[in-house]
Amino acid sequence: MSKTILIVGGGLAGTIVANGLCRQLGSELRTGAVNITMLGTTETHMYQPGLLYVPFGKIREAELFREQRKVLDRRVNFFVDPAKHIDVEKNQVATEHGRTIKYDYLVLATGSRIMPQNIPGMKEAGHWFYDLDGARKLRDAISNFQGGKIIVNVNAPHKCPVAPLEVTLMMHEYLKAHGLWEKSEITYTYPIGRLHALEPVAHWAKPEFDRIGIKYETFFNTESVDPEKKTIKSMEGVELPFDLLITIPPHAGAEVIDASGLGKGGWVPTNPKTLHRDGSTNVFVCGDTTNIPISKAGSTAHFEADVLIDNLVSLVTEGRFARDYDGKVFCFIETGLNSGTYVWFNYTTPPNPGPPSQMIHWFKLAYNRLYWLSARGLL
Amino acid sequence: MAERQTIDARGAFCPGPLMELIAALKLAQIGDEIEVLSSDKGSVNDIPAWVTKVGHANVGTTEKDGYWSVVVKKAK
Repeated sequence: MSKTILIVGGGLAGTIVANGLCRQLGSELRTGAVNITMLGTTETHMYQPGLLYVPFGKIREAELFREQRKVLDRRVNFFVDPAKHIDVEKNQVATEHGRTIKYDYLVLATGSRIMPQNIPGMKEAGHWFYDLDGARKLRDAISNFQGGKIIVNVNAPHKCPVAPLEVTLMMHEYLKAHGLWEKSEITYTYPIGRLHALEPVAHWAKPEFDRIGIKYETFFNTESVDPEKKTIKSMEGVELPFDLLITIPPHAGAEVIDASGLGKGGWVPTNPKTLHRDGSTNVFVCGDTTNIPISKAGSTAHFEADVLIDNLVSLVTEGRFARDYDGKVFCFIETGLNSGTYVWFNYTTPPNPGPPSQMIHWFKLAYNRLYWLSARGLL
Repeated sequence: MAERQTIDARGAFCPGPLMELIAALKLAQIGDEIEVLSSDKGSVNDIPAWVTKVGHANVGTTEKDGYWSVVVKKAK
């Protein structure tokens, strides 16, 4: 009887897993011993890190999108039919369009979403770039900006942990290039007592901010935003005025996870090495969906997906596990409009970012296109 | 009914123990306790200092075998 591998979620994590499984299970797919099904929420696949460039006019929107069916191996049964209820006891998923799909192995890759509505006034007064609509609005706000106070406000939890630093440094260079820096002020706020969760990155960022004149307010967890007074207030009791608020809103996981009782906030309790859902032997979790205390980032999803592919293939073909996830994360860091660096770490190796260079920036720009090879499971 | 959850942030470089706690407190109910396990000694000072500043309650900090357990109660 054919074994069904069901993947819930068509973002980067689910897509790499689906394509990687197809590449390694060719004969099983040909004979019908295995079938791979994906439930997605949209026909299009978006390159999310590219949204950072939209507000500065540094990427064409068309570069961000591909048809999901063309990114996926044609052997994947792909349905645009979001999961409505996931029943890990009965090994089945019910969908919004009325399907009920039984599975032998389940991969939860439902991702995360921004929740500006969780902070009073943020949706009304804030700008962000973590979705296309927000990035377009921020682009318009920046092009109309004639000087004043800008706040870059970071909230926990959020994905792509270096993006707030990147947008701050890019904004500074944009203002300088447009002759607005002398009339402007940028204040960066961060939830904990330094400028970035990664200590070496924070140690690099602080003198850099001091050198170029970016102000900062640490231990700043947003309580509310006043759209009329144009002020933002922290739980710690600090209130700051702004003319332009660029926020990284708090995130949540997918609603279906919470609604199915699989994890508070949409985050699924997950074994950090095997990527099993806690309490299940045939349910795996990948990407932002896990509750593992590591960065929610595309590279995390990618490295987890590589491990999941090997383990699912080994389980299907040999009945054994292949290897553990070692916590690897790799992030490019844009340090302006023309320079960049990178950082990598895992569960046992601390991060150690190198000096920024133009070449790393160019490599990041190249990766913006190479991404589609990653999603296809080729890179 | 108040719940207790544990965040095992030992060896977590990013986002780290305090950021994990901040995120977990947003999902918790008043009265819930959250235990953070951290291998970063800085957490022993950072977490209680922040918890006091924003008005939650420090339940206690215990040194274990090579790591620390910091327990916090959501108070508001």
